[in-house]
Amino acid sequence: MPEIQLRVAERPPIKVGLFVTCLVDLFRPSVGFAALDLLERAGCVVEVPVGQTCCGQPAYNSGDPQAAQAVAHGLLDAFEGYDYVVVPSGSCAGMISQHLAELFADDPEKQHRARHLGARTHELVSFLVDILGVTTLSARFEGEVAYHDACSGLRELGIKSQPRCLLAGVEGLVLKELKEPEVCCGFGGTFCVKYPQISDAMVSNKLRDIEAAGAGTVLAGDLGCLINMAGKASRSGSKVEFRHIAEVLVGTGGTPAIGRSNR
Amino acid sequence: MKHHPTSAKFPSNARTALADPVLQGALRNLKKGFPVKRAEVVADLPEFEALRDVARDIKDHTLNHLDAYLEIYEANVVRSGGQVHWARTAEEACETVMTICRDAGARIVTKGKSMVAEEIGLNAYLDTRGIERVETDLGEYIIQLRDEPPSHIIVPAVHVTKEQIGETFRAAHNGLDPNRDLSEAREITDEARDRLRQKFFAAEVGITGANFLVAENGSSIIVTNEGNGDLTQTLAKVHIVIASLEKLVPTMEDAMAVLRLLARSSTGQEFSVYTTVSNGPRRPADLDGPESYHVVLVDNGRTAMLGTENQEMLRCIRCAACMNHCPVYSAVGGHAYGWVYPGPMGAVLTPSLIGIENSGHLPHASTFCGQCEQVCPMKIPLTKMMRYYRNQAYASGHGSKISRIALGMWSYLATHPGLYRRVMKIVARGLRWFSGRRGSLSHVPLAGGWTEMRDLPAPEGETFMERYRRERGWGPGQ
Repeated sequence: MPEIQLRVAERPPIKVGLFVTCLVDLFRPSVGFAALDLLERAGCVVEVPVGQTCCGQPAYNSGDPQAAQAVAHGLLDAFEGYDYVVVPSGSCAGMISQHLAELFADDPEKQHRARHLGARTHELVSFLVDILGVTTLSARFEGEVAYHDACSGLRELGIKSQPRCLLAGVEGLVLKELKEPEVCCGFGGTFCVKYPQISDAMVSNKLRDIEAAGAGTVLAGDLGCLINMAGKASRSGSKVEFRHIAEVLVGTGGTPAIGRSNR
Repeated sequence: MKHHPTSAKFPSNARTALADPVLQGALRNLKKGFPVKRAEVVADLPEFEALRDVARDIKDHTLNHLDAYLEIYEANVVRSGGQVHWARTAEEACETVMTICRDAGARIVTKGKSMVAEEIGLNAYLDTRGIERVETDLGEYIIQLRDEPPSHIIVPAVHVTKEQIGETFRAAHNGLDPNRDLSEAREITDEARDRLRQKFFAAEVGITGANFLVAENGSSIIVTNEGNGDLTQTLAKVHIVIASLEKLVPTMEDAMAVLRLLARSSTGQEFSVYTTVSNGPRRPADLDGPESYHVVLVDNGRTAMLGTENQEMLRCIRCAACMNHCPVYSAVGGHAYGWVYPGPMGAVLTPSLIGIENSGHLPHASTFCGQCEQVCPMKIPLTKMMRYYRNQAYASGHGSKISRIALGMWSYLATHPGLYRRVMKIVARGLRWFSGRRGSLSHVPLAGGWTEMRDLPAPEGETFMERYRRERGWGPGQ
């Protein structure tokens, strides 16, 4: 009897385009590298299209949809041909998945492409959990940690349980809940420079909540919020440290927290 | 006189509000109250989310057939012996009310809380024409005595402390022991009740707003927690209902569906203490009620919103959930918004009604955190609508020159990736260098809005793209 060879069809690896976002590119490349590592460890083939700049949100939310559309064109071209586009930011991922298509209301062909891009675009942590089915990562982080639910990720993309699920598996990490984890930190893109006093009142409230929770480190999935909170903490002499959740999940040691130095 | 808008001065209004410790205390209390209670009662009603869809559909349907329902409504008001007056503008509405008051020989007019009355400037209109106007909602009564506009659409005196109310009453209520105790809510309420009771009996005309106008039977419905609405509308000879067009719903059943959302969203009650339905003047067999019943239907810009991007705003039932949950409202309070309607709903309704040129800041005064639309019982897409007005403001050239220039430069860079990468490289290096060996910067040229209040964390020094190229070589697209 001839031997029947059973061959399991090998699934081609998932091809991911990583959109690092403008803030990560400028302020904290280590977040981008953490995202890259996490995706590669999960078996994805990751590319970083070089034509990427920004998601267009600054123009979109400042009342200039034409400029936002021009920026969005670049995204459509840069991220053509990937199974998924992954973004270490709920805000930028939300911009692409929830809003990009409406910028092309006057151009059905581009709108179709924008919808297609939007449907493939995910925020990093929710991509790991919801799409790849990752439940645990081998990471270690000593300390009491609070997770701040950045608004866009929470309300536009439903990111709430996914980061907590992955953080629960990080060795040494004790998760503390803020009293108001879902209240905005006062960043709001250009809001924080347009209305600095109001933004300051909001971020001060946030810091009080953080101090009261007794967390030494605050994590979030959006660098904008983190820079805002870390900047306020630094100005007010608070000892709390701020990191992007990807840094902790990947176990990046050595990088000082946001706004801290090695000294 | 219309309430003169100061919305254009929102930033300085906000700074004043942030520096007012009494107001800040009141706002902290507000934040600890309604949102907490709302969350509790919403959790107790499994069909709450489904009801939101039902309510949205009811209002959308009504708005899409508003002309037909308005005619049915008018016919049914007339059938029950009342009269409907159509007012296109604020002025027409005020004149109509004044004419009815004059015809009734009114000297004293009692009035329930009505936001549309604030909108059309009815209070000042009556006050300057020899009418003694008495606000019967306790909060409205307090701010009337203090000569202030409301700072919240359901708790108009939320910015006033108990101590301030005591002082206000002492100054306004003559003939009482100046050393009387007014330290507790009980004493304050009793004194107000005492004063108001005399006015209820003396008033010739009672004016109320409406939460709903019901087309199928010509009824109007108001909800209160104090019962002042009932006394205002049943004791006076003449009852005037003043309401804007979008208060209409087709049937009583529709009104009941939306009512199930209203108090829950608003004060976190399952139902308001009083839900009062009025329908025409007193009939022969009735024990009480007014001799005549008038409805002043106010357009004042609503029909211009129909069929536009702004139509959805007409679903608003004035529950105030959006402002109760808004972190910006919580920081600055209602007066900073500078007109009648504050918070997220005001940030949309104000430009709709008085023009973006008079209110350009309001749609920008949001972080787009989205809490407002998450709690809005009528599912109004508030951030989308604020963005619509941001577009209007930008297109018509409002806003600061510097921010336009900055946005233009940013857009140029973001559409030229090669240049973008070179510039970011310089910025990252520059900021890193300026930070010295500290991890953050306390002053950054051209970033005063940021560094006025917080430090700027320094970049790592190399951009992601640089480091990626160094470690892995270029990706595709190069």
